[in-house]
Amino acid sequence: MPAALILMPVTVARSLDHALAALEECPEAIILAGGTDVMVQVNRGSMPVDQVVAIGRIPELQGWSREGDWLHLGAGVTYSEMMGEEISSMVPALAQASRTVGSPQIRNAGTIGGNLGTSSPAGDTLPTLFALEAVLTIRSSTGVRKLPINQFIVGVKQNALQPGELIEKISVPVLEGPQEFCKIGPRNAMVISVASFTLLTDVKESQVRSCLGTVGPVPIRPTEAENLLSNGVNWEKNKVSSEVLEAFASLCADAAQPIDDHRGSAAYRRHAIKILSRRAACRIFSEDNS
Amino acid sequence: MSNDFYTLNVNGEDHQVADSWAGESLLWVLRERLGFPGAKNACEEGECGSCSVRIGEEVVCSCLVLAGSATEQEITTIEGLSAEGELSDVQQAFIDAGAVQCGFCTPGLLVTIDDLLEKNENPDDLTVREAISGNLCRCTGYGRILEAVQIAAASRRGEKRE
Ligand SMILES: Cc1cc2nc3c(=O)[nH]c(=O)nc-3n(C[C@H](O)[C@H](O)[C@H](O)COP(=O)(O)OP(=O)(O)OC[C@H]3O[C@@H](n4cnc5c(N)ncnc54)[C@H](O)[C@@H]3O)c2cc1C
Ligand code: FES
Ligand code: FES
Repeated sequence: MPAALILMPVTVARSLDHALAALEECPEAIILAGGTDVMVQVNRGSMPVDQVVAIGRIPELQGWSREGDWLHLGAGVTYSEMMGEEISSMVPALAQASRTVGSPQIRNAGTIGGNLGTSSPAGDTLPTLFALEAVLTIRSSTGVRKLPINQFIVGVKQNALQPGELIEKISVPVLEGPQEFCKIGPRNAMVISVASFTLLTDVKESQVRSCLGTVGPVPIRPTEAENLLSNGVNWEKNKVSSEVLEAFASLCADAAQPIDDHRGSAAYRRHAIKILSRRAACRIFSEDNS
Repeated sequence: MSNDFYTLNVNGEDHQVADSWAGESLLWVLRERLGFPGAKNACEEGECGSCSVRIGEEVVCSCLVLAGSATEQEITTIEGLSAEGELSDVQQAFIDAGAVQCGFCTPGLLVTIDDLLEKNENPDDLTVREAISGNLCRCTGYGRILEAVQIAAASRRGEKRE
């Protein structure tokens, strides 16, 4: 069947199979989800448009499902949807991150699959997805593969997606315990992050998971800091000492690999991580030196 | 592949778009091909919101929508918010509050605010500010726009004006 497809310049895919067949026919086609990254480049004239496969209306990519302790998010889930009650009760940090993205217009259109497709170091869903060790389901007309997120995003705007493939869903564990996402930028709306930070708790395992955003080519897990905080927290009382908080923040800042650019200097970004990591920890645990 | 055309449903009517380039944005097609100049073009990168339209139940930046992908959806532009020659409640409130200066941001704000009030007839100030955070206005300083929203909200709730 795929061989018989006659492609219009813009294929509005009706199903996952329809999209995969179109991509098999034309592996170089632009995959278009919400368009909030693609169209900026098209409008600037920096992305030639020959063939487009629009995936915004594929039923299989919409919505989410829960399977035991795992949440499967369709690649087409938008920021507005992630801010909704259901997803925010399962992955609060992802909902918090979504609320910081762009503006309502951008959040209505932009998708989690598009954030992964772009693989920008400043992508706001990425730190939480790295901390959760999300698994991506990637499909082509010839098969399906699963990739952990740290093998998917491999560099600045570089990922492991091959021509003909698309991201179908993103699976994350649903953890028990509070979560915090913090982001720094020049104002409250419409800002690309200068530095961001996510902190998740897993109270069943008495562990924290965390990740730094925008301060390296890819999101960075500060493993030493995570271990220190996991061991330093009094999990029964939800308390932590100032000393542990300071050490945690310093280790997070040490883990950053920031660069100087037009949005901020490396030194500022490292400092911001120190502030954000302490802030996130203080929102989750009470600081107590008794 | 020749004689390509696609159909867009704008304000309840079907319009055919022929001989277009695949990369055209919905904003461009609305303004330049279909004669709906209400949505404005200021940045073409999603930053200003002056191109806001509603697609289905949601407000988006039409500059970031690929026109050829918006088929079979209900597109509502500022032209569709009130009958020809009449003012909608939000438009009237903008006039009453003096919320229009150069007017460039106004169509986008009207579409955004109409949508907000459809979903929430009694929004508090913070909700309004967040709802219009993607619509930039260089002239008014927003005070009168916030006032206009409250006037329109009150009239939608059926409250009499003092
Ligand atoms: C004004 C503005 C503000 C913004 N603010 C933020 C912000 O605060 N934080 C932030 O993180 N981002 C921000 N962005 C960037 C953008 O909104 C996000 O990256 C968004 O998630 C992109 O999703 P999309 O669905 O619009 O992707 P698209 O633009 O449609 O696609 C983006 C890329 O992903 C690929 N792709 C999309 N879906 C898939 C899939 N299922 N499988 C494989 N490849 C796929 C596309 O081919 C393309 O390369 C902003 C953009 C704008 C215009
Ligand atoms: S023209 Fe679309 S957001 Fe500015
Ligand atoms: S009235 Fe001039 S930009 Fe808003």
